[in-house]
Amino acid sequence: MSAATQNRPVRDEAYNFAYLDEQTKRMIRRGLLKAVAIPGYQVPFGGREMPLPYGWGTGGMQLTAAILGDDDVLKVIDQGADDTTNAVSIRRFFARTAGVATTERTTEATVIQTRHRTPETPLQAGQIIVYQVPIPEPLRFIEPSETETRTMHALNDYGVMHVKLYEDIATFGHIATSYAYPVMVDDRYVMDPSPNPKFDNPKMDMCPALMLSGAGREKRLYAVPPYTRVVSLDFEDHPFEVQKWEHHCAICGSRESFLDELILDDAGTQSFVCSDTDYCAQRVIAQEGKQ
Amino acid sequence: MSAAALLKDRQAERAEPLLKVHGLSRLYGPEKGCQDVSFDLYPGEVLGIVGESGSGKSTLLSLLSGRCLPDAGGIDYRRKDGRWVDLYSASEAERRTLLRTEWGFVEQNPRDGLRMAVSAGANIGERLMAQGKRNYQELRAAGIDWLSQVEIDPLRIDDLPRTFSGGMQQRLQIARNLVSGPRLVFMDEPTGGLDVSVQARLLDLLRGLVRELDLAVVIVTHDLAVARLLADRLMVMRRSRVVESGLTDQILDDPQHPYSQLLVSSVLQS
Repeated sequence: MSAATQNRPVRDEAYNFAYLDEQTKRMIRRGLLKAVAIPGYQVPFGGREMPLPYGWGTGGMQLTAAILGDDDVLKVIDQGADDTTNAVSIRRFFARTAGVATTERTTEATVIQTRHRTPETPLQAGQIIVYQVPIPEPLRFIEPSETETRTMHALNDYGVMHVKLYEDIATFGHIATSYAYPVMVDDRYVMDPSPNPKFDNPKMDMCPALMLSGAGREKRLYAVPPYTRVVSLDFEDHPFEVQKWEHHCAICGSRESFLDELILDDAGTQSFVCSDTDYCAQRVIAQEGKQ
Repeated sequence: MSAAALLKDRQAERAEPLLKVHGLSRLYGPEKGCQDVSFDLYPGEVLGIVGESGSGKSTLLSLLSGRCLPDAGGIDYRRKDGRWVDLYSASEAERRTLLRTEWGFVEQNPRDGLRMAVSAGANIGERLMAQGKRNYQELRAAGIDWLSQVEIDPLRIDDLPRTFSGGMQQRLQIARNLVSGPRLVFMDEPTGGLDVSVQARLLDLLRGLVRELDLAVVIVTHDLAVARLLADRLMVMRRSRVVESGLTDQILDDPQHPYSQLLVSSVLQS
């Protein structure tokens, strides 16, 4: 952590700390407290305009802004990678407006904002992970009315969730939902870990870190407190399974991590690499150290 | 001997009403809606509600099924375990549970009662899944079984309801409701919008299922032929009030109230 804190960026004094004004951050924190108190429950909040379009992580950024402190170390990933446009822009945004230290190392970060992935390196107690969420409502695909979905949540009326999984098996012969795979949080609320690949669902169960989710367009936030039971929905004769690959990572050789497919040329030559760039880089460093 | 005991049990069960309705009223304006409706419904009994458009039939059905709340009056329902529940003082969660377990509701338009975006099998299985059934093979078997019971080719289990004809959609809706083994089914014009030959088949099917499963049914219709074929008892409604009630044959063959007389005489005699 010391290495990261040494090269702290300079804060731009023209902005309030972490861009949002203090009243807004307080409002979001109140929402977060409620979300933590009722795991998996979607809390409405007064979403603000952020200086980037909806769908680029406005919800996650507002949560990050609300929880960020002066001594926090921030990591931002997009599809597991630290070096994509979305991740780089958001990291630079907070470096400039909050002047906080940033890092690419999962183990060094205290706050991790992420789009579509949970890091492969297990999260630790004390860390906070912030998910960017496009559609927070797991029941939306089958019930377009917000009033009705809220009633269904309130009355624990979740029969339709299995209808979707049934349709998958009837159509494809197996549960083909591969991301935004619905989970039951603390035996009470069905939650959309959207749009994480289902590969990451088991990491949410009894996770020591605090997990927050923010949807900017829908103006909803929800949370999974540390050490909470998170169970993926399934059938007795079609149990929940995560993706598997026949390949290993072309860079670090990992067979355990979530792999991205790369097309290398016009002939369709494929290669598979880790989606989590930090995990991959750390493995390469460790392998070089052994040699 | 055990058969005799079973018969006795069943007789005892049938001697006590399933539903007690007293003084039910819900008015949207003077004589718009329904007022002061009282009746008892016994297990295995089919009650027809007939009357002209706007006489309050559908309002009454919404009230009975707990979908809307009355201005006055109440309903007591005897559950499977023998416990009586006061429908309107029960929580919404309890009412919903009743509606998807011990009750069924067949809509006039199958599009309102079906999930059009998911397959026929998923439509049939939904109630079972809502009750906690988590075995795909069993859900599948129930789907195939019920499709054949309502005379739909089981091979169409994975087809979307919108590829079905109107009559098939209506039969699918009936299967979807009956799969959970309800004791009481509400039907709102189940044969409306179907052509005469399909109507006849559907009625035949319904009559068979009602007798076989020993269902209590409240059926709203403006078609006296439907009422004659299915209903044991009739209530004639006009301008929000029940003007006459009694055995179906009695009302259709010897109507007492001027409106009932008009209604019966306006049917084309063949």
